[in-house]
Amino acid sequence: MSLAPLDAATLYGLMGAILVGLGLYGVVLLGGFLRRLLAFNLLGGGVFILFGVIARRGAGAGFSGDPVPQALVITGIVVAFCATALAITLIERLAEDDGDDASGGGS
Amino acid sequence: MGLILDGGIALLTIGIAAWTIRAADDFAAVVGFVAYGLILTLAWTRLGAYDVALTEAAIGGGATGVILMRAGARVKPAPAARASKRARILVGALSAAVAAGLAAIVLLPPEPAPSLALEVREHLASTGLGNPIGGVLMAYRAADTFLETVVVLLALFGVWSLGRDAHWGGRPGPAPRAGEGGALPLFARVLVPAGIVIGIYIVWVGADAPGGKFQGATILAAMAILAGMAGLVEAPATSGRRLRWLLSAGPIVFVGIGLAGIPLAGAFLAYPPGFEKPLILVIEVALTVSLAAMLALIVAGPPERAK
Repeated sequence: MSLAPLDAATLYGLMGAILVGLGLYGVVLLGGFLRRLLAFNLLGGGVFILFGVIARRGAGAGFSGDPVPQALVITGIVVAFCATALAITLIERLAEDDGDDASGGGS
Repeated sequence: MGLILDGGIALLTIGIAAWTIRAADDFAAVVGFVAYGLILTLAWTRLGAYDVALTEAAIGGGATGVILMRAGARVKPAPAARASKRARILVGALSAAVAAGLAAIVLLPPEPAPSLALEVREHLASTGLGNPIGGVLMAYRAADTFLETVVVLLALFGVWSLGRDAHWGGRPGPAPRAGEGGALPLFARVLVPAGIVIGIYIVWVGADAPGGKFQGATILAAMAILAGMAGLVEAPATSGRRLRWLLSAGPIVFVGIGLAGIPLAGAFLAYPPGFEKPLILVIEVALTVSLAAMLALIVAGPPERAK
């Protein structure tokens, strides 16, 4: 094993690592569900970027990147959106039921 | 020169992420997150992953941003419960350790870099597609893509289930205020037709160039949401039979063709030789319609009024 060259993939890889760290910190420490959910999505963005770096380094056969991790990330982004949407709706419903007035739901 | 640009994008992304974590109020954090999604899109284009960049812009930043804004406006900010200094140091150290571990993996990559690009190139011609990512999604990993559409549908069921009992089967969102003038209805009338054409184009071109059904369906869903926000169309009753068929058409067509592959091509989700491209096209069209409806309804939220 040798040190990776300083190129775009390495730079974005380091960025992805830092984003995962930042997101993790937020998920554990932030107060409020919405903020934790945001932090969780920041973490997810970092993980996806790491996949992108692996794809970039696997470039070959005339492709700008290995298409398999890229396709996995596309699937991942859609699934992350679904989970986020469900979580947000849960948070909204919780806020609606917690509040002393029921008018917050806009119903 | 390129490296300076990449470094700038990377620093900006980290800065926005840190700001989103530290922002004083929830709405500011949501705005920060939307900006994060857009700047990540730039990073994806710099990594040469244009299909992913489109998805990140449409779904990761756009659609997620819209729902987050909805929540940011409705959810009262949580009372700031600041963690103790000890907890912050401990969690900070743990997070830094995870980041350092990942950085080490990035800096010491295996040689040669693992890649399936050659295999994809070798078999791509047999799918009749020119876009390798489309080939992976629709042929080599079709089971993933199928389950993914089911996940979207399940998420929609989950969102619907979170409405109040009295509103089950009703329409999502507040009732449109008819007859309201202003710029939004005009904007929607001008943009929606163009947006529909662009959405369909993104789906169609996805066979050979960056694009695809998820990205195109998100644009179509955005147009439906815009038309709804402008009061041009009313959100459908979620109990509607036609709506439910529309939602399930994509997964049904996909699983139907997949099951037909067992006798005809020897495996679930295998396409009989010679019919790959037309079958993939049929699946993509059905999925686009269903996905656009699912995504628009997920963003619209649970039913909030009777039908």
